[in-house]
Amino acid sequence: MNPLPIPQVVLRETASQTAGPYVHIGLAPQQAGFDAYRNPIGASLLVDGLEGQPIVLHGQVLDGAGAPVRDALLEIWQADAHGRYAGAEAGGFRGWARACTDFDGGGYRIDTIKPGRVMGRDGRWMAPHINVWLVARGINLGLHTRIYFADEAEANAADPVLNLIDGEARRQTLLALPDSSSDGLAYRFDIHLQGERETVFFEL
Amino acid sequence: MWIPAQSADELYPRDHRDHPPALTPDYKSSVLRAPRHALIALQHSLSEITGPVFHGEELGALDHDLTRNYAHQGSPIGERIIVHGFVRDQNGRPAANTLVEIWQANAGGRYRHRQDQYLAPIDPHFGGCGRALTDENGYYFFRSIKPGPYPWRNRANDWRPAHIHFSLSGTAYAQRLITQMYFEGDPLIASCPIVGTIGDEEQVRGLIAQLDRRATVPFDSLAYRFDIVLRGRRATLFENRVQATQEDL
Repeated sequence: MNPLPIPQVVLRETASQTAGPYVHIGLAPQQAGFDAYRNPIGASLLVDGLEGQPIVLHGQVLDGAGAPVRDALLEIWQADAHGRYAGAEAGGFRGWARACTDFDGGGYRIDTIKPGRVMGRDGRWMAPHINVWLVARGINLGLHTRIYFADEAEANAADPVLNLIDGEARRQTLLALPDSSSDGLAYRFDIHLQGERETVFFEL
Repeated sequence: MWIPAQSADELYPRDHRDHPPALTPDYKSSVLRAPRHALIALQHSLSEITGPVFHGEELGALDHDLTRNYAHQGSPIGERIIVHGFVRDQNGRPAANTLVEIWQANAGGRYRHRQDQYLAPIDPHFGGCGRALTDENGYYFFRSIKPGPYPWRNRANDWRPAHIHFSLSGTAYAQRLITQMYFEGDPLIASCPIVGTIGDEEQVRGLIAQLDRRATVPFDSLAYRFDIVLRGRRATLFENRVQATQEDL
């Protein structure tokens, strides 16, 4: 890759604003109660012939009072089963999807595959993980977190990002728990925005 | 396995003075939804510098035209407008092939959303969502109806200024951004608690679209210009940079 010239001026990034309560209109119109698009973008990650272990991610987003956040939108970004991010390498797997929490129960569900390990900085392997970006009314700047898998204890113990987090209790907030109650292999991952079990959020 | 030279691909650290803080009590919904712990800063890896790719053929021919994409048997009511501009990165380079998605209320300030109970009526010919991909110059273009202001339950008499919600994909996951665009001259901007979450006047001005008379279509539509800046990639003074300088000589 050619080096980038050093810019004369670095512009300021456009300021963030909350997605508000009606984010579904733009990003998930069917959930708002109508549809103007023939082709919803981001609705499904699963394509024919996709390699890997299908999994269901599900859970709730909870506020500082423990109440479910019923108007959240989550997006995920992940590698394929071989640890490759999308593009020419990942053979049709986009690696990206979005889902909203339910207006009634506050639950979300994403059908995907379990990602492979990805090389981190300085040649250190990162444990399998799914990047999560979360917006909602009351959230001024989208929150970044990661889903790791509780049944990958050995890889998690060596993960350079998990090891940045002080305290086992806080690290636990990023572990999705295998769950036999749903169809197929499922993992439950609840996001606590605030309070005693507050999820770890990252500055990227 | 091929690993890109990550030092050349990292994004500038996000400057949090450019954005609202999480906890902004005048915007009441933030009180129970703002994390109390500090964010943990990550140095970038492939997880942050890569991102989803979108293709023009995934979009419909009218997806960028809100005056027509839900107009079943007539046209929506309201001021016809064009909203257009350039998406660039912090280095001033065009952000090409970026997915721009917008959503908004109708001319009366009512959203087509099952949760919106405001007494202003739904417009049968207006959906309120649009999407486009920026071209190689970072340019995007929408046609729409100017949204109306509306009241909301915050303090007893809070009204949102007219606005259009914008979502931008960027090309790296860490560039992802959602914001709101306001209209030049709207007196409600000054008293809005959501606008007020941004502590910096210059950053607020960056969200206000200017009337663009040159792009206005006579006898058809007024135009507003709204440019957006996404995070840029950082040039490094070591490794690739030094070698390339020597080769250039």
